[in-house]
Amino acid sequence: MRRVCLNAVHELACESDQVVFIGSDLGPGTLDKMYQEFPDRFIMEGISEQHIIGMSAGMAMEGYIPYVNTIAPFLTRRGYEQIAMDICLHDLPVRLIGNGGGVVYAPLGPTHLATEDIAIMRALPNMTIVAPCDADEMHRFMMKTLEWPHPIYIRLAKGGDEIISRDDLGFEIGKSILMRDPGEHLFISTGVMTQLALQAAERLHSEGILCGVLHMHTIKPLDDEMLFNLLPQLTTIVTVEEHTRIGGLSSAILEFISDCSIKSTPVVRRVGIPDKFSEKYGSQSSLLSHWGIDVDGLCSKMKETINIT
Amino acid sequence: MDERSKKLRRLSVDAFAADKRGHIGPTLSLIEILRVLYDDFLKFRPEEPNWPDRDRLILSKGHGCLALYSILADKGYFPEQELTTFCKHDSRLGGHPERGKLPGIEASTGALGHGLPIGVGMALAAKMKGKEYRVVVVTGDGELNEGSVWEAAMSASKHRLSNLIVFVDHNKYQSYGPTQDVLDMGSLAGKWTSFGFSVKEVDGHNVKSLEEIMDQLPLEPQKPTAIICHTIKGKGFPFAEQKADWHHKAGLNDEMINEMYKCLD
Repeated sequence: MRRVCLNAVHELACESDQVVFIGSDLGPGTLDKMYQEFPDRFIMEGISEQHIIGMSAGMAMEGYIPYVNTIAPFLTRRGYEQIAMDICLHDLPVRLIGNGGGVVYAPLGPTHLATEDIAIMRALPNMTIVAPCDADEMHRFMMKTLEWPHPIYIRLAKGGDEIISRDDLGFEIGKSILMRDPGEHLFISTGVMTQLALQAAERLHSEGILCGVLHMHTIKPLDDEMLFNLLPQLTTIVTVEEHTRIGGLSSAILEFISDCSIKSTPVVRRVGIPDKFSEKYGSQSSLLSHWGIDVDGLCSKMKETINIT
Repeated sequence: MDERSKKLRRLSVDAFAADKRGHIGPTLSLIEILRVLYDDFLKFRPEEPNWPDRDRLILSKGHGCLALYSILADKGYFPEQELTTFCKHDSRLGGHPERGKLPGIEASTGALGHGLPIGVGMALAAKMKGKEYRVVVVTGDGELNEGSVWEAAMSASKHRLSNLIVFVDHNKYQSYGPTQDVLDMGSLAGKWTSFGFSVKEVDGHNVKSLEEIMDQLPLEPQKPTAIICHTIKGKGFPFAEQKADWHHKAGLNDEMINEMYKCLD
C-alpha cells in the first residue's frame, strides 16, 4: 500500500506540475523514479517534522500541492501545532502521508505506534482523514487527491494486504462503501480492519448470523448520509479500528448517533485498542490479537452484542 | 524619533486605547524595522494585495501585530480608523494576525517558531517557479528558543535561499524577563552564521542604518540572510522601556493611554 501510495505521488506529479513530494529522512531509494524525473519536486529534508509541515504550508500558499511523508506518529505528534496552525487554520491542500498507521511497527515499540493519530487529526477543523483498505483502493483514492481543496491525513497500512476493494464500487472522498449488505447487524470498519470485518461477517454467515460491513475509508468528513439511511434498519453495530477507542472511528459513529434525530438507534459496541501504551512487541497481528482485534474477537463481540439486543 | 515613527506609534496607541490591551513592548520595538521594510524595501500593491510578484512578509512574532497593522493601514491596505476595532468581536484585527481576514497578512501567526518554516516554503517555491519575489520573516529573539526556527534555518541554508531574509527583533526581553536570564542564547550572530546565513547587525531603531542594510540585500548570492536588529522593548514610552511587565498589558486606563500619546507629542 505504501509503495502504491508513493508511486501515485509520482503519477500525480506527471499529471500536475503543482505536485511536490517532501520527505523527512526516508529510506534510501524512496521514490527514486520521481527523483530522477522531477528532481526539483522531490525534496528530502532532514529529521525535522515541525519544519517540513510549516514548509509544506508555505509551498501550498504559493500554489503547490505538497505530499509530505514520514512515519505516522512522528508526522502527527511531533508537528501537531504546525498541522493545526500552518495547514488547517489556513485550510491548505497539503497531504500528510503517515507510514505505519496503527501498530504496523509493533516490534519497534510504543514510540513508533500510531494509535491515536486519527483522534488528534479528527479534532482539527478542515482536516480530512482517509485510511484505505488495500493497495487498489489506495490508488483509486490517490487519484482523487489532486482536486480535494482541504488538508488530508493519509493513513498507510503495512502493505501486502489482500485486495478486497472493488473497482465497480468506486471511490469518493467522504463516501463510505457498503462492502456487504446488512440485515440488522453491521460492522463499521476503517483501513485494513475492513479485511477482518469481512472475514468475521463471512464466518458469522456460516453460523447463520447475517452481518453487513460498511467500509468507512474516510473517517472525516463522516458519511452522514449513508449512516442516516442505514441506521433505521439496524439493531447492532460493532465498530472495528486499529486505533485507541478514544476519539477515532467508533467515537465518530457514536457522536453521529448521539446527534442524529433518529428515534430508535442501534446498540453500538467497539473493537479497538485499550487506553494504554503497548507493553508487547511481536507483530502487528499478534499485538492486535492480544487486544482481541482479530476475526475471533470480532465474531465474539458481534454475538455478545446481538445477545444484548 | 522623527514624526513618521511617532505617527506609526500613535496608530498603535489608537488600537491599544480601543481595547485597553495589547502587546505593547514587542510592538514598539518593531516599528522602525517594519517602517523601513515597507517604505524602502518591499515591493507591494495595497490596491492589489495578492499581486503575484509582491514580496512576502511574515510577521513570525505575531504578538507584535499592531506594528504591522499600523504600517499596513498607513500604506492604505485598510482605513486607519479601523485600528480602533482591535480585538473587537467582529474585527478583522485580532490579537494576532490572520491571513485571509486582513489584506496584507501573508500567514496567520501567534504560535511562535512557525514563520520561518513557512517562509522557507515560500522562498523555495519562488526559486522553483523562477519568480523574483523575496520572502522576509520577522522574528522575535525570545522566539528563537523554539527548535523549529533552527530546523528551518538549516533547510534555508541547504536550499541556498538567497531570496529569504530574516529580521530578528532583538529587544533582549521575553515574557518572563531578560532573554539572557530566561535562556541565554549566546551570540545570535554566531548562531545564524553557523547555521549557514549571511549575517549583519544593526540598530533596529536607526532608520538610516536600516535603509543602508536593506540596500545591500541579499548580503551574499547563495545564502539566506539574517539581520539582527538591536532594539529596545517598549521603545518610545520611557515607563515601558525594557520592562518585562509591559510585554502585554490588559486593563489599560485612560491615564496610561494619555501618557502614551504625550510621549508622542
